[in-house]
Amino acid sequence: MDFMVFQYPMISVQACLDGILLGILFALVAYGMALQWGVMNIINIAQGDLVILGGYIAYFMYLYGIHPAWGVIIAPIIMFFVGVGLYKLVINKVVDRDLFISILATFGISILFMQLMNFAFGADVVLANSGYGTTFLFDSAVVLPNSKIFSAFISILFAICLVVYMKKSKLGRAIRATAQNSRAAKILGVDTEKVYAATFGINAALCGVAGALISITFTIHPYMGLPYTIRSFMIVIVAGLGNLPGVALSGMGLGVFEEFADYILGTEFRIGAVFLLLVLILVYRRFKLSRKREYLK
Amino acid sequence: MSKNIILYSAILVFGITAPFIFPAFKVQLSILCVLIVLALTWNIQGGEMGYNTFGNILFYGLGMYLCASVQVGMFFPLAEWTESGGEKTFVHTPAQFFQGMAVGLVVAAVVPTIVAGLIGYAILGLRGHYFAICTLGLGVAAGEISGGIEIIGAGQGFTTPPFPDVGGLEARGEFFYLLSFVALVLTFLAVRAIYSTRFKLILNAIRDNEDKAEAMGIQTMKYKIIGWMISAFFCGLAGGIMGGLVGYIDSTDVAFDGREMGVFMVLMAILGGKGTLWGPVIGATVFHIFKEGFWTFFLGWQYVALGVLIVVIVIYFPEGIMGWLREKYPERFGEVVDEADRKAQVELK
Repeated sequence: MDFMVFQYPMISVQACLDGILLGILFALVAYGMALQWGVMNIINIAQGDLVILGGYIAYFMYLYGIHPAWGVIIAPIIMFFVGVGLYKLVINKVVDRDLFISILATFGISILFMQLMNFAFGADVVLANSGYGTTFLFDSAVVLPNSKIFSAFISILFAICLVVYMKKSKLGRAIRATAQNSRAAKILGVDTEKVYAATFGINAALCGVAGALISITFTIHPYMGLPYTIRSFMIVIVAGLGNLPGVALSGMGLGVFEEFADYILGTEFRIGAVFLLLVLILVYRRFKLSRKREYLK
Repeated sequence: MSKNIILYSAILVFGITAPFIFPAFKVQLSILCVLIVLALTWNIQGGEMGYNTFGNILFYGLGMYLCASVQVGMFFPLAEWTESGGEKTFVHTPAQFFQGMAVGLVVAAVVPTIVAGLIGYAILGLRGHYFAICTLGLGVAAGEISGGIEIIGAGQGFTTPPFPDVGGLEARGEFFYLLSFVALVLTFLAVRAIYSTRFKLILNAIRDNEDKAEAMGIQTMKYKIIGWMISAFFCGLAGGIMGGLVGYIDSTDVAFDGREMGVFMVLMAILGGKGTLWGPVIGATVFHIFKEGFWTFFLGWQYVALGVLIVVIVIYFPEGIMGWLREKYPERFGEVVDEADRKAQVELK
């Protein structure tokens, strides 16, 4: 336990800003999860591994001398096809089934991806150096890497693009219709199979963007996927499906929570704190809901 | 009934003599026993109660750490033990080892049961996938947190006491085999006894429709917690034995290994057939043979194979071996099948 963070207010400011910039990235991943959960009613445990895979795409571009920021454009394109392929191979068989089947099947995919990435890219912690430098605020008391600001900006840009696309385009309308009622959408001539594939592809593409940004700002490692899944799950259950401002806010909240947990408990307990927070949120939610259910009793 | 007695006694005789017939497979057989125990206990939740948990690994890991800590802590200072790591400065005498093991196993079984009882009210109120994800989170959180605690070895692991030298006999394998076999027999008998009572019917009612079961006047929460406590008891016991068997405890790779053991228990129960008594036993045996047989072929690729196996089993074989047999030979399961009705159904298809 270390309460430095409360004795020196500037550290709190630093933690808050870091957390908010980090949280925007989490929110982007969570938005993808909310999309597929709402449309296809599946929970994808492999979400975090898609993020890491996107990160490795950017990292490889960096290794071959291309600036990793271009990964923000390349990674989603590759990941879209990975997502569609994954849908055609596995996910289409679990869409209409019990949610636990989808959880377990995607858990299998997650293990598979983890190990394949471990073979392909090695077990080292890697970072694609963007060389963006840092910004100093408040007499250098707060240090913000420019890459974090860049990644938050790009995330917001992608989120806005996606929202506009979902509102205006034909496919976006079809996706929203399928989310509301897939049977009715089918009757009205929407090819739901195609919509599902596109949804999963868009989700994977979002993961790809987030992963590329994470590889620039933080570090990536083949086994780091599960925490991203859990974070996005947490954000989605706090915000609710289809509530974009809520997703953004709870993502930032989670980011700030993590930074403070990092300062107070120590880095080794950071992931543990995230998972415990998930348990606490679910338990809180259960008691809140059971109070509502009491009418029936 | 007499057929059953012959079957059980044949298995019992085979179980007791197995380490002497196949001396090279003693460790594998012990692990098999532990796996069957885990699959059987998972089946109480996932199969009978319909609460698909990833969290039983919590009790398994807890039992593992508790058994080893008690075994060391009864006679030596725990902190110095873990600090010395591999180089042993303290050696257990045989009497100390067995005393410690006995007390450790009792603690390893009882404390997780209490933990299950305490957290049960909060956790078991969750439904469906929220429960699954919550228990997944519990298991991972336990692994991460125990990996940060210094006194039980933190990230570098915890070496359990080595098996003592009893009069020049090398009996480590036999000892752990018999221990795990006894645990298996106890678990099987307990589960079998449970499944022949009203308790099982209540669990099934909860699985089929919890709200309706509640409306019928069953206090579902009470039974869910009891079911979880029973699972936790045997999971903790299995964990304690496995800790001694492996000889080394690491927070995320051995004890709270959600990626291996935590998934294995789900997979074994599903492979054998959820919601049956023999399903987990068969599933665990098949899975273990497959795993040990093919792991060496897939050397390095075992997790890839595991991932593919999970996807294939879950998507194409969710009923499991027992479910498949049941569909094929319903008469053997005591189901009366009207031949005409069956034909009509086939035609309808």
